[in-house]
Amino acid sequence: MTNSPLSEGVVAGRLSGAELTENFADLHPALDTHEALVAADRCYFCHDAPCMEACPTDIDIPLFIRQIATGTPEAAARTILSQNILGGMCARVCPTETLCEEVCVREVAEGKPVKIGELQRYATDTLMASGEHPFERAPATGKKVAVVGAGPAGLSCAHRLATYGHDVTVFDGRAKPGGLNEFGIASYKSVDNFAAREVDWLLKIGGITVETGKRLGDGLSLASLQADYDAVFLGLGLGGVNALGVEGEDKSGVDDAVDFISDLRQASDLAGVEIGRDVVVIGGGMTAVDAAVQAKLLGALNVSLVYRRGRDRMNASVFEQDLAASKGVRIITNASPVAIHGNGSVREIEFEYTDDDLNATGQTVRLAADQVFKAIGQTLVGDGLPDLDGGKIAVDGTGRTSVLGIWAGGDCATGGDDLTVTAVAEGRDAAEDMHQSLA
Amino acid sequence: MADLTSDFIGIKSPNPFWLASAPPTDKEYNVRRAFEAGWGGVVWKTLGEEGPPVVNVNGPRYGAIHGADRRLLGLNNIELITDRPLEVNLEEMTRVKRDYPDHALIASVMVPCEEDAWKKILPMIAETGCDGFELNFGCPHGMAERGMGSAVGQVPDYIEMVARWCKEATDLPVIVKLTPNITNILYPAEAALRGGADAVSLINTINSITSVNLDVMSPEPMIDGKGTHGGYCGPAVKPIAMNMVAEIARNPETANLPISGIGGITTWRDAAEFMALGAGNVQVCTAAMTYGFKIVQEMISGLSQWMDEKGYTSTSDFVGMATPNVTDWQYLNLNHITKAEINQDDCIKCGRCYAACEDTSHQAIEMSEDRVFTVKDDECVACNLCVNVCPVEGCITMRTLEPGEMDERTGQPVAAEYGNWTVHPNNPSVQAAE
Repeated sequence: MTNSPLSEGVVAGRLSGAELTENFADLHPALDTHEALVAADRCYFCHDAPCMEACPTDIDIPLFIRQIATGTPEAAARTILSQNILGGMCARVCPTETLCEEVCVREVAEGKPVKIGELQRYATDTLMASGEHPFERAPATGKKVAVVGAGPAGLSCAHRLATYGHDVTVFDGRAKPGGLNEFGIASYKSVDNFAAREVDWLLKIGGITVETGKRLGDGLSLASLQADYDAVFLGLGLGGVNALGVEGEDKSGVDDAVDFISDLRQASDLAGVEIGRDVVVIGGGMTAVDAAVQAKLLGALNVSLVYRRGRDRMNASVFEQDLAASKGVRIITNASPVAIHGNGSVREIEFEYTDDDLNATGQTVRLAADQVFKAIGQTLVGDGLPDLDGGKIAVDGTGRTSVLGIWAGGDCATGGDDLTVTAVAEGRDAAEDMHQSLA
Repeated sequence: MADLTSDFIGIKSPNPFWLASAPPTDKEYNVRRAFEAGWGGVVWKTLGEEGPPVVNVNGPRYGAIHGADRRLLGLNNIELITDRPLEVNLEEMTRVKRDYPDHALIASVMVPCEEDAWKKILPMIAETGCDGFELNFGCPHGMAERGMGSAVGQVPDYIEMVARWCKEATDLPVIVKLTPNITNILYPAEAALRGGADAVSLINTINSITSVNLDVMSPEPMIDGKGTHGGYCGPAVKPIAMNMVAEIARNPETANLPISGIGGITTWRDAAEFMALGAGNVQVCTAAMTYGFKIVQEMISGLSQWMDEKGYTSTSDFVGMATPNVTDWQYLNLNHITKAEINQDDCIKCGRCYAACEDTSHQAIEMSEDRVFTVKDDECVACNLCVNVCPVEGCITMRTLEPGEMDERTGQPVAAEYGNWTVHPNNPSVQAAE
């Protein structure tokens, strides 16, 4: 190993292979059976449970936990998966601390919620390890549906449609299906190639064809899909990245956080992933935290996460903020980037302190930076899409767009937070409506 | 600090906590450790006749019922009496008693239902210096099939007969251990009294099957694909045991018969409850088998603290204090009216009270849109189910209505006077008398 955290510039191999393996291990190691039973015993089986209300996919949480407690985790998994076919991934990436676990009555009473997310993982992992796919495809209807985007929304939609016997073709521009599950989530949240394994398992329902390397405007047109299929679902995600709009943004070393996260996830050897010595991440959401934490785990000496508003306004949950802090990420708030300095490559980034209303205070600070990651939001890209609202495809409660026969869901569509679990719910619900209209 | 020394039918011990006759008291090694740990006495694991000892199964002896976090709530066993030679036990008992003269050492005995057998063995055992005998008429498995244990305990005439033989054979106190596997505990208790027993101890274990292996289709504990009923004990049996203790304590004929309370005693509070119902001391087994001998330290400190707080200087101060308040249903005051009250500050909004009341009781709890749970006084019959299912202790309480206060359920003001079923107008026998 020739490099270390102290090495200047953007270089690979700052840490040993052993250190990297340890750093990128499962954030929450799986519960073993004993731990799961202990955790399940804490559930009160609440009436009309608040956790269930808080789940975007309405999983019957008290029921599945009781099924774990009574020794039938496979039944628990079926309870979960019937509402959320990507329940395995959601168990790993859901910000449970702001969803089900936030409203768990034991969180309210004791500050210690039932470990709903980890129990969900225990159940779904158990079922998936058995190799069983718990759903059966209805007799083929002969109807054809095109799903654009093999992310959580598209996969959820496709699976539900396939269950009803429709023939589904899922298109995705990338080389692999999975969307953000495969490309957009920190590695330590989805170890052992889980996203790909989950897709393979999901496809066991049958009736789904995945065609990769095809995106709208690049080998695929909405018009031809409308002509060739009985219905179309758009789960495009957000393909564009917001720019900072400051001087020097074009300098070498200024990158998009989503690309960094994606490259890291797809890297066959973490020791080959380059990272700066002084890394600055700009943004306050999950993407910013995922980038900052992973930069630190790769061996960056200094990692700062800089957000223009106060900590309470960050989209990243308190758990995520604490995770970042615990890994040694410095969180700086109320600072907006004003200039990126350097001769060809970035050397420093300059911020101006702002108040909570983003008014400039006149005070500035410069941070050493040989790498800057932008994580200030993503945008929908594409022409000829159905009507937009606020930069997203406008949909009604059932996912219908302004164009008859085209539904949309997930991050590209209006409604709900940009979360995996929300995308799964929207894909599922759109599929239900599509099925009704196909009948 | 309260004086915990105990005098039970003349048998003195540093405290009222004895280890019951069971595996923990099977040999010198355990009993010495028990005394060192603080136990006031032990009832030595049941001795049988001279000669080849009984044999135990060589597979599992215990089955269990667990609560949350595998807390052991109930245990059953298919173990027999001591499987070590009589002379070995007697030698060990002699040594232990010599070294612990101030601790109680009771010999549990079970021999065939023949006069000679009992009259022969008791004097032999007495030579160990033991403080008394406990006649094991309770074991429900194995020995019962050979005409011993609960096979004797289920026939009051046998109890009386054997107790009399034993009293004739020894001057030491004789305690008769009762089986709960009968219809009415008073019959065996009265028989023991007639036979001259100095005390009864209860309960022995309850006939039970704790679980079924659904793969093999066999009861558990399972021995080579088969199981048998075992004796059930542990916290789960405490309510059954306490009722039987109370029945004996409040029965005029047996009211003065000393009782050694047994059955799921796990904490100082359990012990105090048994004693309040009339037990002069208590015996413990499952709690020690679950947590080890050290638990007696909590029992000692807890009982002492409680006695100090209540101003009791001796355990005899409170033994039987609750007995007069154990009555028949027909004497309960029907004019005593309470209503459930939910403390909103303590409520964690789990809704279990609502589900229980709405689905299985009187639809007397209202749930608002924002999960505020309130009691509907006009529906509440004060059943206490909500109190019992609430996970937060003290969150739901029962408020007693004052005389004159309106009971919104009946539309009647609360009567000030006591009025029970025997004088209630709906009671047919009251009308018949008029």
